[in-house]
Amino acid sequence: MKPFAYLAGTSVDGVTQAVGGTPQAMFFAGGTTLVDLMKIDVLTPAVLVDVNRLPLDRITVEDDGLHLGATVRNSELAWHPEVRTRFPALSEAVLAGASTQLRNMATTGGNIMQRTRCPYYRDVHAACNRRSPGSGCDAIDGVNRGHAVLGTSDHCIAVHASDMCVALAIFDAIVRTRRPDGTSRDIPLVDLHLLPDTTPERETVLDVGELITEVIVPPLPWATCSHYLKVRDRASYEFALASAAVALRFDGDVIAEARIGLGGVATKPWRARDAEAELAGQRPSPALFAVAADAALAGAVARRDNGFKIELGKRTVVRALTELVARLG
Amino acid sequence: MEPRRENRKVQRAKKPGPAVGRLRINGKEQTFALDPRSTVLDVLRERLGLTGTKKGCDHGQCGACTILADGRRVLACMSLAIAYQDAELTTIEGLAVDNQLHPMQAAFVACDALQCGYCTPGQIMSAVALLDEARLRVPSHATPDVANPPTLDELSDDELRERMSGNLCRCAAYPNIIEAIRRVRSGGRP
Repeated sequence: MKPFAYLAGTSVDGVTQAVGGTPQAMFFAGGTTLVDLMKIDVLTPAVLVDVNRLPLDRITVEDDGLHLGATVRNSELAWHPEVRTRFPALSEAVLAGASTQLRNMATTGGNIMQRTRCPYYRDVHAACNRRSPGSGCDAIDGVNRGHAVLGTSDHCIAVHASDMCVALAIFDAIVRTRRPDGTSRDIPLVDLHLLPDTTPERETVLDVGELITEVIVPPLPWATCSHYLKVRDRASYEFALASAAVALRFDGDVIAEARIGLGGVATKPWRARDAEAELAGQRPSPALFAVAADAALAGAVARRDNGFKIELGKRTVVRALTELVARLG
Repeated sequence: MEPRRENRKVQRAKKPGPAVGRLRINGKEQTFALDPRSTVLDVLRERLGLTGTKKGCDHGQCGACTILADGRRVLACMSLAIAYQDAELTTIEGLAVDNQLHPMQAAFVACDALQCGYCTPGQIMSAVALLDEARLRVPSHATPDVANPPTLDELSDDELRERMSGNLCRCAAYPNIIEAIRRVRSGGRP
C-alpha cells in the first residue's frame, strides 16, 4: 500500500476544505471499499480525511422525510424501525448486500460512493478506462458475465454494485452535500451517478471536496408496499446478477402508481420509468408484469457472456412484483 | 479558522518520525509503532502477538478476521488501526474469563464445530455478536417481513445460516457450527 497521511476530521467544513485543498486527498468512512482498493493499488490517495467522527451518524424523522446521516452504518439503517416499517424495500436491499460485519462498517455515504467490482478495474495490469482513462476496456471483449447490459458505452460496461442505491432510487431519495466553499446542494440520487459514456472515470457529479452529509427519503405512505429481490450465484454474501426494487400503490384492485428500480444489470442505480408507466392504471397479472419487465430491459445490450442477464433481469422484475402482490394476500 | 487548523494537522502527519498507536484490546490499552497503513488485523498479529484473529483473504471476503469493535462484529482486515483508537476491541483471546471458556467456545468444542480450525475464531466472534443482535430483535436477509423480525428463540436455521454467511469455512463444518449456536441460544439445551 502506498504511504499516506491521515487526518481525523472534526467538522464538516474542515474535511471538505481539507480534501478540496489537498492534492490526492480522499474522504475515509467505513473503509470497506477504500482499504480494499488501496491494498491492491487501485486507489492511491496521498491523504485520507476521516469523516467517522463527524456528527453525521443519526437517523431522524422530519417533515420532509427520513434523514439518513452519511456515516450511519448500513446495519443501523437496515435495522432502524422507521426504515423497516415505512420503507421495507430499503431495509431489504441493505440486508441483501455484503455480510453483517461489512454492514456494521459500511456507511450510507460510502455505499453510494462504492466502486465497481469489475475484475479489470481491480487489476492494475488490465486496461480500464474507469481506473486509467484512455487505456481501453478489457471487459468489453473479455470475461464479462457479471457486467452491465444497461447504460453501457464502448468505453465501460462495469456494474454499479450497490443494492441500497436501487431502493433509494425508487423512493426519489435526495443526496445532500456540502462543498469546500460552505455551500450545500440537494441532488436526486438518480442524478448523482454518471453514465460511463466517453468518460467512465467521472463516476458522479460531485466536485472535488464535496461531501455527502445525508440522504433524505421523502415521505411516501405507500412505500410500505415495496420489496427488493436480489438474484445471485449463491444465497448470501454475493453481488447481484440482477435485482429489482419495486413499490406499488393500489386504487382498489388497480395499480395506480408503480416504482421499479434495477440493480446488477446497469452501470448506475437504475430507475425503469417506462416499466412503471406500463403498470399504471392496470390490474396486476402475469402478462402485465411481463410487459413491464420487457420495458424495463428495453435497450439492453448483450456482450459475449452476459446476454442471460437480459432475460434474468426481466424475470427478476416479474418475480419481485409477483412476490409483492402475494404479500398483500 | 477550523479548516486552517486541520490543514496544519495534515502537514504534521506528513512529517516522518515514529508515531505511537494505541488500541484498547480486551480491556487493556496496548501501544505500538504506528504506520497509518496498518490494519487492526496486522497490528494484532504482527505487533501485539495476538494471533488468535486469523488472516484469510485480507480483502473482506471470508470473515476469518472477525472481531468486535464496541460490541459489533467487524472485519479487522478492512479496519485501519489509526481509525480505531477510540474503540473498545474484543478478540477471541478476550472471550474466556478466568480460564473458563465462553459458552460459545465451549459449544464449538462440544459440537465439534470445526475441522482445520482456521476460520473458527472468526466464526465464534461472529456467533457471539449474532446472538447479541438477535436479542435486539433485528431482521436479516432471511427475515420474511423486516417489520416483524424473529425473537432470539424464534431464529430458524435459515436465519442462523444467513446471519453467519459472512464467515466462510472451507472444511464445510457448517452443520455443526449451526448446532453450536443453536445450543448456546437455547441456554445449553440441545
